[in-house]
Amino acid sequence: MIEGNKALEMLAENRTNEVVITTMSTARAWPAISSRPDLDYPLRGCMGKASSVGLGIALARPDVRVVVLDGDGSLLMNLGTLVTVASQGPKNLVHVVFDGATYDTSGAQPTPGKDIIDWAGLARSAGYKTSANIESADELAKQWPSLLTAEGPVFVRISVDSLWVPRRVPSTKTNSWQELQANIAAI
Amino acid sequence: MSQESPVVTVDNAPLNAQIMIDTLKQCGATHLVWLPDTESGYLYESLSTDADLKLIPVTREGETFAIAQGLLMGGKKPVVCIQNTGFFESGDSIRGIWIDLKLPILALVGYRGWEGGGPSADSAATFLEPVIKAWGIPYEIVQTDDEVSKVVPKMYAKAQEVGPVAVLIGGEYGE
Repeated sequence: MIEGNKALEMLAENRTNEVVITTMSTARAWPAISSRPDLDYPLRGCMGKASSVGLGIALARPDVRVVVLDGDGSLLMNLGTLVTVASQGPKNLVHVVFDGATYDTSGAQPTPGKDIIDWAGLARSAGYKTSANIESADELAKQWPSLLTAEGPVFVRISVDSLWVPRRVPSTKTNSWQELQANIAAI
Repeated sequence: MSQESPVVTVDNAPLNAQIMIDTLKQCGATHLVWLPDTESGYLYESLSTDADLKLIPVTREGETFAIAQGLLMGGKKPVVCIQNTGFFESGDSIRGIWIDLKLPILALVGYRGWEGGGPSADSAATFLEPVIKAWGIPYEIVQTDDEVSKVVPKMYAKAQEVGPVAVLIGGEYGE
């Protein structure tokens, strides 16, 4: 298990010009860590659809790598996305799931399937090209550089601590969809 | 947002899927994010090999608006195609993505239970227009190929200007 903010910092170390879609806890924490806020987009107001937004960008711009920082509770709300993503087969999409086995933003109630779901197995069975299960910081450090550049769709489940308190930036301006559209066009 | 007056006609001739596809392509649409239903099923056969209007099938309708948002941010021009039953299922995506972000996306919504403006025993039909009106989404109804050719370009252009716009498909596509 990895502390959530630490895991995000490790993911950020290898970033170059990837578009990053965040949601819920990752959306709160990522602005303090991101080195490319111009290519970040926090999905708010629609639960579970971060990977769907990421898929759309990946299909529209196969030359641009897209990283989705999802949560286990969010993905459970849109589980069919695994099949939709796999059936489209975007080589440039990396789908990361922060698995704390709880709904952190509502007070750490356990998510259905806690201790039962094999996330990496689900993604593999759905048809993701690459699927990894990360349990420790050492594993993440060793595997992330190659996972980030592997042929997609790539699925990475990271075991993070529950009751994760994202390190927030007091006031952070985030991209509107129009701003991200313009910034992607400039890549 | 103001409401368009729905076009109400009674015509049981099946819609020509190719006319809808050609119309969308003439509008500039690049992708159709879609889940099949009885009104749009025949679109698949025409679209599955079309390189100019790419079909993106989903597992559940709520995915459509989010995928369309991503396509839009990536510089494409998506159209969403779902049935009224799936429209109800997509409520959170419609509210949180399509409406709140005022995305310039046209949705084609299959009008299951449409009886030419008369009473319908299908709750999927009776609740559709009240719900769309409650959300302030401009819409029109089409039931003939001629209406498709005239109404879809107009509503596609309207979506580029004002955001969420719907065309309700009152007829079924035929072979």
